[in-house]
Amino acid sequence: MKRALTGGAAMAEALRQINPDVMPVYPITPQTPIIETFAKFKASQKVDTEIITVESEHSAISACVGSSASGARTITATSSQGLALMNEILYIASGMHLPILMLVSARALSAPINIHGDHSDMMGARDTGWIQIFSENVQEAYDNTLIGLKLAEKTSLPVMVAMDGFITSHSVEVLETIKDEIVKKFIGDYKPKQSLLNLDNPVSYGPVGLPDSYFEFKLKQVKAVKNVFQEAEKIYFDFKEMSDRKYNYIETYKIRDAEKAIIAMGSVAGTIKDVVDNLRQKGEKVGLVKIEMFRPFPYKKIANVLSGVKKIAVLDRSLGLTSLPPLYGDILNAFYREKLNNSIKSYVYGLGGRDIYRKQIEEIFEKMDQEIFFKKEVEYIQ
Amino acid sequence: MNEQLTKNFYPGHATCAGCGIPAIVRHVLDEADDSVVVINATGCLEVTSTLYPYTAWKVPYIHNAFENAGATASGVETAYRILKKKKKIDKDIKFVIFAGDGGTYDIGLQSLSGMLERGHKVLYVNYDNEGYMNTGGQRSGATPYGANMTTTPASETDIGNKTFRKDLMEIVKGHHLEYLAQANVAYIEDLRKKTKKAFQALEKGPAFLLVLQPCTNVWKFPTSDYVKVGKLATETNFWPLYEIEKDNYKINLKIENPKPIEEYLKTQRRFKHLLRPENQEVVNYIQENINQRWNKLLKKAECQF
Repeated sequence: MKRALTGGAAMAEALRQINPDVMPVYPITPQTPIIETFAKFKASQKVDTEIITVESEHSAISACVGSSASGARTITATSSQGLALMNEILYIASGMHLPILMLVSARALSAPINIHGDHSDMMGARDTGWIQIFSENVQEAYDNTLIGLKLAEKTSLPVMVAMDGFITSHSVEVLETIKDEIVKKFIGDYKPKQSLLNLDNPVSYGPVGLPDSYFEFKLKQVKAVKNVFQEAEKIYFDFKEMSDRKYNYIETYKIRDAEKAIIAMGSVAGTIKDVVDNLRQKGEKVGLVKIEMFRPFPYKKIANVLSGVKKIAVLDRSLGLTSLPPLYGDILNAFYREKLNNSIKSYVYGLGGRDIYRKQIEEIFEKMDQEIFFKKEVEYIQ
Repeated sequence: MNEQLTKNFYPGHATCAGCGIPAIVRHVLDEADDSVVVINATGCLEVTSTLYPYTAWKVPYIHNAFENAGATASGVETAYRILKKKKKIDKDIKFVIFAGDGGTYDIGLQSLSGMLERGHKVLYVNYDNEGYMNTGGQRSGATPYGANMTTTPASETDIGNKTFRKDLMEIVKGHHLEYLAQANVAYIEDLRKKTKKAFQALEKGPAFLLVLQPCTNVWKFPTSDYVKVGKLATETNFWPLYEIEKDNYKINLKIENPKPIEEYLKTQRRFKHLLRPENQEVVNYIQENINQRWNKLLKKAECQF
């Protein structure tokens, strides 16, 4: 069914269809439309979810751990400072292999305080053992909510599904929603592998792991993460069968014969596609690789699809304050591991919600033809 | 070993010789009529009872982090309610938090407040050993005035900790609880009676027990003096036994002739420096504070709502 919804409302619509057991929530802009829309569903009895209006994001994720360990389908949502405040417990959620789904309206981090969209919050949580999925638009925000929940439950790992704060969360776009009964069938009943509330088999969750066991606990996480791509592919396949919409952990756009390419994540990908279309009409061989799943990072696949592209620009919507911009650094690793020597350059754009325009993207493609282009490693599109 | 008392919390844990935490856990859990699920904050109890691959817990148990026992329990209890409603669980379960004073007075205060305010049906038991004993005896918001702690060391010119204990009972009371009580592990029968009442109060919402737990290691007294030290805390009115039921205070043990606080201070090396003649004024100041608090408690107990 075609609908016109904001990203926040679209994610809430997917949550209505999921009808989770427990949702601990705490308000923060620009995430709040998700939980407010959902609360209205609850008030009008369209869902029977127990909403816990906790007193902080730290408690939101802490309650998620308690609820998910107890065998309840558990979802929360946050942004920015909220995600940063959760940081300690993010590691505990993944360390306990709890399939919590978290929706993130990605936003800048203080200081200075700024409520607008960028990817700094997600980058701060990138090595917490959570799967991270980025959405380009409202349709993807809706679809990834369903995909993310299923991926969490299949892999027993927590998942963050992000959309760009305000740009996607507050923009009305037309999307195609899936019928309730079909969604229900797709996600299925949640059957936890074990539960704290199983009195017949009492289990101690969260023990002390000393030097003789801690290492093995962490390696079990590594093993679980290795399973993610395979499970994701199965889910993407099922999702296409259901919706006719094709997903993968990276999306390639007109990349087959491309000589120049941009790598990016989130809403900017839509603008880049538009620019690619225009330049293609003028005969330029340009393309885009969009990272859909940022964690675990698809090193091999990225290097494979881009191995023949001579000139590449990586667009980061966050800084590496004391290191290289995060996506750029990962891309360098991907190419190094495959012993590729393509020319790669870093751009940082859109911090704190600053707009980026088609013209600026056209300029990146234009400049790639100049030799001097790759001399300066990191540039800022202000 | 008493088989009844050890059926939920096994022997073989690693608490220090002379530690009363296992006694608190065992007697509290023994008062529960239904099955129990335990939520534990990081601290002495947690590190000594779940050394992987062993566990002392025979009941379901979860430890999340230091400051979030209240929030974790909120999630567990809410999951229980919805799963029961959906008929995925059929048994009745009671939820009990065990947390130390660091995880309750200090870092976990917000999480505790949120849980209480939202009315989750959880019994919160704070075993209060008056400091961060698991990390070597640093001061907490529960540390008494004049205690020699590793972050407030006493010296020739310093009396140690210079703040009075936070009045946690009053803070918790502000959350409209059906039942909360201050108990002392040296008075087991009193603790058990209070636990029974607390479990009954869970029908309406959360309940709270603040239990004094003398720490032989940091308070520094011989393990054989455990009960004596605990009793002296109450006999000096330093730690009165009382309960608050529907906002009504009731003092459970009125000491006829309270002993001077010196009697309590001199049993523990953490207060040793206070007994030097030049610190007599400090002792007087502590005594004055105890008297004031006791008189206020008497007045509160006179009012009935």
